[in-house]
Amino acid sequence: MKGVLVARLDNMTEKKNAAGPQDSQRVPRLVSPGEDLGDLEGYEVGHGVIAIDGRIRATKNGQTNVNGTTISVEPRRTAYMPRPGDLVIGFVEGCTNNIWFVDIGAPFNAILPMSLGPAKADFGGTRSVIDIGEAILCRVQEVEETHSSVVTMKGMGLRKIRSGAIEVIDPHLLGRLIGKQGQALRQLKEESECRVIAGENGRLWIDGDFEGTLEVRTRLRSMTAEAKAATPGGVA
Amino acid sequence: MGYGDVQMIDANGIRNDGRKAGDVRPISIELGVVPVADGSCRMRWGNNDVIAAIYGPMEAHPRKIQRQDRAVLDVRYNMAPFSTSDRIRPGFNRRSREISKVTAEALESVVMLELYPRSKIRVEIEIICAEAGTRCVGLTAASIALADAGIPMTDLIVSVASGKINDVVVCDLNKSEDNYGEADLPMGILPNTGELVFLQMDGDLSPDEFQEAWDYNMNAAMVIHEYCVEALKTGRYPQ
Repeated sequence: MKGVLVARLDNMTEKKNAAGPQDSQRVPRLVSPGEDLGDLEGYEVGHGVIAIDGRIRATKNGQTNVNGTTISVEPRRTAYMPRPGDLVIGFVEGCTNNIWFVDIGAPFNAILPMSLGPAKADFGGTRSVIDIGEAILCRVQEVEETHSSVVTMKGMGLRKIRSGAIEVIDPHLLGRLIGKQGQALRQLKEESECRVIAGENGRLWIDGDFEGTLEVRTRLRSMTAEAKAATPGGVA
Repeated sequence: MGYGDVQMIDANGIRNDGRKAGDVRPISIELGVVPVADGSCRMRWGNNDVIAAIYGPMEAHPRKIQRQDRAVLDVRYNMAPFSTSDRIRPGFNRRSREISKVTAEALESVVMLELYPRSKIRVEIEIICAEAGTRCVGLTAASIALADAGIPMTDLIVSVASGKINDVVVCDLNKSEDNYGEADLPMGILPNTGELVFLQMDGDLSPDEFQEAWDYNMNAAMVIHEYCVEALKTGRYPQ
């Protein structure tokens, strides 16, 4: 055994880059902002972390996640930040002659130019197509550095929402709602016999009969309560 | 009776509330107390009772306050009219404006504002019950609430004040010590690096006394930071 590295507690130090459970970087754990997550060497910083003076520090309150060599923090709570390609449900908050301003639950309203709208309208006729206060199912087309975003309604299934109900959950609970490969959401749709479309911004369009909508709402409420109970301290 | 006339510490170094010179008043922290806010924290520190709530990031209005390269922090520190024995006239006054300003400047040094250009983050600090050191409690509670809201920060801020009573330097002044003491030194400390983001001084301290007060604040900040971290991980402190 001479010269062979034996896995002992004193061998598993950060300096030796041991990948065992003693290496604190690799074990998922709850961290708070400013907490030291170890040496930067051999790692890349993902979201929720920052590299300062060769050390990795958490910038958010959440759980660490190591994916290959990338270390990140999954925040417990976060605001929705739009990304290109996101399917979102928005409310029209205002319009000009050729642009709609859409509230997509992000820090900034998105714009929907008439050229990307659902139907052709004359210049100045935006309100005849989608009026203020109406809900739309749209997709984020572009996000600028300054967080301005453009949404589009050109695409399969993108439409003005004329029926059903819209429910809102925290965006970080969407994964729990959808489940692995969409299994949980599929089951929910089958059981309630409702059309349920989940927007990445945490808004859900539920379209079906009264009993089905009520069932989906009840399930959403219980899921939120479960998530709160599963999070230590009940602050999901 | 004037300054220095009130006996606030005995010959054995025991203060009028039974604490020793370096002791901190009891602390409790609760998160998520304002459901409609993006993040919130209620902090009880001695008889201080403070709620901090965070809203945003949101679009900054009016547009003239928008910064193209970063977010702006809109901090509002307010004492409830019933928070002290003498009723406080509701609304902003010189003191609350000053505390709002210094709190915003302290928080700006840890919040990663450059990630949210043109946005605004609203920080509301409401003093429900005031004893002494409300600016310290407000700043600490705001930093915990920001972390609860998922706003990226390079560190938490722990703020604590030490001061001088009857020529003795003590940590974390209570109401009578604050009113009749000779000096106080509130500090905002980044516990993970030991850096300072906020410092004020009221009264006079010699260099040695200043150093002693500094050391008390630093040591207290490390202990309070542990409470804050536990609260962030479990939702409340103590359990």
